[in-house]
Amino acid sequence: MVSAFSSLLFLFIIFAFILGEGLPLFYKVGAGKIIFGFTWAPTKGFFGIFPMIISSYMVTLGALIFGAPLALGCATYLSEYASRKMKMFLKPALELLAGIPSVVYGFLGVVYVVPLIREYLGGPGFSILATSVVLGIMILPTIISISFDSLMSVPQTYREASVAMGATKWQTIYKVVLPAAQSGILASFILGMGRAVGETMAVIMVAGNALRIPMSLLDPLRTLTSNIALELAYAAGDHRSALFSTGVVLLIIIMLLNFIANFWVKRKVAG
Amino acid sequence: MRLNPRFTDKFVRAALLFQALFTVSILVFIVFIVFVKGAANITPEFIFSYPEDMGRHGGIFPAIVGTVFLAVLSIALATPLGVGTAIYLTEYTKESTLTRIIRFGVESLAGIPSIIYGLFGFIFFVIKLKLGWSLISGTLTIMIMVLPTIIRTAEEAIKSVPRNLRMVSFSLGATKWETVTKVVLPSAAPGILTGIMLSVGRAVSETAAVIFTMGSSLRLPTSLLDSGRTMAVHFYILAREGISLEKAYATALVLVVSILLINIVAYYTMNKMIARYN
Amino acid sequence: MDVKVAIQQLRLSFGKKEVLKGIDLDIVKNRIYGLMGPSASGKSTLISVINKMISFEDGVTMSGSVLLDGEDIINGDIDEVSLRKRIGTVFATPTPLPRSIFENVAFGPRLNNSTSRAELHALVEQSLRKSFLWDEVKDRLQESAMKLSGGQQQRLCLARTLALNPEIILLDEPCSGLDPISTAKIEEALAELKDQHTIILVSNNTKQIARATDFVAFFYLGELIEFGATDKVFTTPAVRMTEEYIQGKFG
Ligand SMILES: Nc1ncnc2c1ncn2[C@@H]1O[C@H](COP(=O)(O)OP(=O)(O)OP(=O)(O)O)[C@@H](O)[C@H]1O
Ligand SMILES: [Mg+2]
Repeated sequence: MVSAFSSLLFLFIIFAFILGEGLPLFYKVGAGKIIFGFTWAPTKGFFGIFPMIISSYMVTLGALIFGAPLALGCATYLSEYASRKMKMFLKPALELLAGIPSVVYGFLGVVYVVPLIREYLGGPGFSILATSVVLGIMILPTIISISFDSLMSVPQTYREASVAMGATKWQTIYKVVLPAAQSGILASFILGMGRAVGETMAVIMVAGNALRIPMSLLDPLRTLTSNIALELAYAAGDHRSALFSTGVVLLIIIMLLNFIANFWVKRKVAG
Repeated sequence: MRLNPRFTDKFVRAALLFQALFTVSILVFIVFIVFVKGAANITPEFIFSYPEDMGRHGGIFPAIVGTVFLAVLSIALATPLGVGTAIYLTEYTKESTLTRIIRFGVESLAGIPSIIYGLFGFIFFVIKLKLGWSLISGTLTIMIMVLPTIIRTAEEAIKSVPRNLRMVSFSLGATKWETVTKVVLPSAAPGILTGIMLSVGRAVSETAAVIFTMGSSLRLPTSLLDSGRTMAVHFYILAREGISLEKAYATALVLVVSILLINIVAYYTMNKMIARYN
Repeated sequence: MDVKVAIQQLRLSFGKKEVLKGIDLDIVKNRIYGLMGPSASGKSTLISVINKMISFEDGVTMSGSVLLDGEDIINGDIDEVSLRKRIGTVFATPTPLPRSIFENVAFGPRLNNSTSRAELHALVEQSLRKSFLWDEVKDRLQESAMKLSGGQQQRLCLARTLALNPEIILLDEPCSGLDPISTAKIEEALAELKDQHTIILVSNNTKQIARATDFVAFFYLGELIEFGATDKVFTTPAVRMTEEYIQGKFG
């Protein structure tokens, strides 16, 4: 039964190697200069990734603002209004869509979303807005699927009781069903965010990858993930270490997100 | 102002329907575009011939082979490990600190983004173990990446096998191992298969973790130590470097169709397995 | 008379709750024993001590002894797996394995790996005949066992147990969910089986106990209240409580 420990082993070596490569640079140049540094010029000794941290946060939030209401609306309609037949057809169809490679989303973002933004809103098109839209669409199936499941698992008797007391359908959904499914819905949002922070290739395609803090929704940006992917193939020495440092920061952000998610979801369930 | 609740009810219904339709149409649109734009460029040669001039001309045969190799090998390694872990967690231990730690490990692995797997595979397999950009480096990286999916789905499937069946098996003088292999696993097979197919899908559509471990050689990989590219990587390079829009669409179509096929085949096998004895 | 199972001063607790309070009972070979008593009187628990399925429960403490052919299966270091091959069990709910009818019956013998194909077929047929199911399923052995009716499924479970040719057959309320016809078929099968096996039948149906058993034990809250030949207990019960139970006044 060694296999059971393989996951722990893998987790350990992943952390060991990412930290092993990424941490020394924090000592060498100082954590502050990396995390709060504004300049990324790794061949000249500047390893600031602050703009990327901010960018990662912004597009993740953007994706959620764009995707979450749509997905929740869709899941609510599916679970509360749609006929059985429609559910049976749409649920697997949505799950199939979750399997479309993210690079395809990125590519279609470049072909359709970016030019639209450039034409009608100005700027280069490669922007926070474009990235948020693409990521927002990409996380739709994830959020819909999980929040749909948690809506469906709300016992039918809750709805009946509420309707019996004279509540309308929407009052029932709003006051009874959604609160009961709350923790699952939150979990779906967090998972969607996790997917958005971690997405790399699609983001590279639509973000423009500029090295500064984006000041408007139409400015290009570079996220932590794309920073790694853009330069890993040719980086060497401290430059390469800096990419692992970027990875360390990314891991910390993801861990924080998971921690908050667990804490929040568990407390809501308990309370 | 107080709105009439019946009016609100109708309005909300319409709004939710609109959201649902809008969402579905975005997703349908994506698939539609890929099919329409890709279909024009799909020919038998595209599937069976080698790329020329970086992929500007010719086909994607090596990328198809690379994809199949990577998916099959990584899943073949991850499945026994993952199912073994699930069996251990469900059948051979009681809930304890140890199982909680293992589950924590699995959850954590599941939460790590693919670029981190790329970074890790690059430094560990490619550089430290000197395996280079190769099929084996890619395989091992993807194996670790899909492991949590396989473990979690297998665990769910095994847990949902009724306790009665196990008791029957024990009462007939089966050992624990016989019970697991002859009763529990066959009953859990449809669920386990779902997890495996999800993982195949991830292996096929992954880019970030593959490109830095398997590399992006355009040649046909003929040994485990050869570099190669998967369709997803090929597509990414075609699109990102603006090599050829037509070929990019065509590759995307093959990629999307493969994933649809994998899912449909899985869906049918699963239903068949369930229908057979229920 | 050959004593097959000798239960002596058997006590059993789940945690602090004592469920069997010093049971003494001799089970003689080739007879049918009935265990009856109201809910929670410990019948199922006693069954699970004999086939050692009790090992799958947590927090169990036991004392006393259960001798199978003179060998102590509680305190001795007996191999549980081979013990369960000697002691067949049929549970209250019909539980076919999700396989074909044939595979269900062949499950036990296959674990031993020693039987040839022809032998296996003969064994399956023989077991299905003994449980009065053969005629109903002989043309559809490869079909899923799930397609059988509840009564047929329960007879299949009996056949599955018989395929191991067990010395003892334990049946824990095997007819509780069945119609009268299926019940009659099972009782008929048991009557023929007692020549080769020792049978313990738990039932809450006193009429069934009266019809189908040679001896009966009446349990109440973990105690053995009365034991004797079935005719005698049913005609002239020694204990008031037994009489009331038989007359359906409680339980
Ligand atoms: N796994 C267990 N853990 C704790 N207590 C148990 C367990 N199994 C049985 N008991 C308790 O042991 C007592 C006897 O149960 P048992 O199932 O043996 O009764 P029974 O005579 O078979 O009843 P019934 O006619 O309802 O089947 C009951 O009080 C029951 O609650
Ligand atoms: Mg019982």
